[in-house]
Amino acid sequence: MNVMPRASQWEELIRPDRVHGSLYSDPAIFEAELQNIWYRTWVYVGHESEVPEANDYVVKSIGPQSVIMTRDEKGKINLLLNRCSHRGNQVCSYDKGNARSFTCPFHSWTFANDGRLVGYAFPDGYEGQDKSQLALGRVTRVESYRGFVFGSFAAEGPTLQEHLGGAAETIDRLVRTSPEGEVEITAGFLKHRVKANWKFILENECDGYHPAFVHSSIFNVAESSIGKLYGGSSTALTRDFGNGHTEVDLRPEFRKRDVPMSWFGTTADRLPDYTARMNASYGERNAREIMIDGTPHVMIFPNLFIAEIQMFVIQPLAVDDSVQHVTALQFKGAPDLNRRLRQQTMGSVGPAGFLLADDSEMYERSHRGVMARNPEWVFLGRGEKRERIDELGFKVGHVTDEVPSRGIWSHYRKLMEAR
Amino acid sequence: MLSRESSATLLGAVTEFIYKEARLQDEHQYEAWEALWTDDAIYWVPANGADIDPEKEMSIIYDNRSRIALRVRQYLTGKHFTQSPQSRLRRLVSNIELLDQQPGGDIAVGSNSMIYESSLRDDTIWAARNEYRLRHVDGELRMAYKKVTLVNNEKAIYTLSFLV
Repeated sequence: MNVMPRASQWEELIRPDRVHGSLYSDPAIFEAELQNIWYRTWVYVGHESEVPEANDYVVKSIGPQSVIMTRDEKGKINLLLNRCSHRGNQVCSYDKGNARSFTCPFHSWTFANDGRLVGYAFPDGYEGQDKSQLALGRVTRVESYRGFVFGSFAAEGPTLQEHLGGAAETIDRLVRTSPEGEVEITAGFLKHRVKANWKFILENECDGYHPAFVHSSIFNVAESSIGKLYGGSSTALTRDFGNGHTEVDLRPEFRKRDVPMSWFGTTADRLPDYTARMNASYGERNAREIMIDGTPHVMIFPNLFIAEIQMFVIQPLAVDDSVQHVTALQFKGAPDLNRRLRQQTMGSVGPAGFLLADDSEMYERSHRGVMARNPEWVFLGRGEKRERIDELGFKVGHVTDEVPSRGIWSHYRKLMEAR
Repeated sequence: MLSRESSATLLGAVTEFIYKEARLQDEHQYEAWEALWTDDAIYWVPANGADIDPEKEMSIIYDNRSRIALRVRQYLTGKHFTQSPQSRLRRLVSNIELLDQQPGGDIAVGSNSMIYESSLRDDTIWAARNEYRLRHVDGELRMAYKKVTLVNNEKAIYTLSFLV
């Protein structure tokens, strides 16, 4: 029998340097996470560039719930729940499109793309009914940061800016990679399912300890320099921004190299059009700095992972069933860079990707592994004694240290203890 | 237009080639499989339908010849953990048809396949439409193009790390 833990049990399950294996495998804990995390905190849903025109829509999700992201006639972004207010049928069965309204196929109730109920069939049976009480459900709060749209089911709580906190700066850094300062999500998503708990994915995104081992096969045959970034003598850092957001900061290594576009494994002269546009937009000196530092490697809790060249969105479906939605980042005004970003992303990630096929194997083996209950704990103590506070007040450690996992669990505990 | 006899002969040779490819894939004979490709090969497994533009949208696999070679070299390291241990595989290939002739003389072929995979995760059934462009090189058939459209490629799918 699975019993939802009492508030005081969370501190027994989550210690500073270890967490209990049941946190990944107990269905009751998964249900508690839906309530306390997925249906409460800010969750990334989609990007404004996915609905560029009035009446565009795209179907997204928050956990197992289907969410329609629309741009209504006035240009406003809405996050509507894909559930007819009559008897619960899904009102939208296509992944994306352009529609002023959604008509439920069951009894022909019709909703405007801002969620209003505009009509039902045979209205004479509904004398006196106030239609405004029967709108589509919606995600209570919707906010965007630089085009990234987040939703929260909590009527009150921190603003999106407060939630992002120090991690907002990583998104600022990301959009500067575009000569026009904008990311576009236009390349379509690969959807990669794993039979594993979503937190194995969450924690792995900024785990700098695994690449040297899990990815040694591709690093060796591709003669990639990525492996060195995650080696014992690397100067790269792991960082805990608080609120569950974590980063692998590779800039110290890229700054040592001091070669623009080295972060992307190329040189500026192989991207002449991009380089010229960056110089024109930011000035040569600033453009050079941006092109040396590269894009961030940041995990925005709980589900948005920006991995230098691609973006992952983590979706939990059940305690042992998760989907990674992944696409190449595209930068407005950078067609030559974008083409290479798509090519590299397709090689690296998704169900047949050189990197992600092996990561996903680890998620699934870890999930089966924690079903064994001795030891009961997952040990996360690497680098605990050598972590320090950086100039901005965030906890940092060596790139291979488990600073990110400890940061994630510390925030997780606060969310799960809240009532 | 081929005569009926030469069409039957060609279909026989093509069928033999496709069965051989299937066997090499099922038995993880990576280098022998790689040798079936021409130098200008494209190996394409689209996502989200059959008609996407692979130059603009994400595909599950969109390999040119050098990326096919990289894929094979990764298997040969023995440290591509998703295939160590290897999936146990058997596939049935059917509905092999010669399709319209291609410009340049390549032989266009269609087939359907169903693959049973048994891996550490679980047993998984895959189904696909396959489209080939085959070519005679030094008297042997070679693949210049293979497109594998999975029936469920619009949905979230499990790791696909064997040769499909």
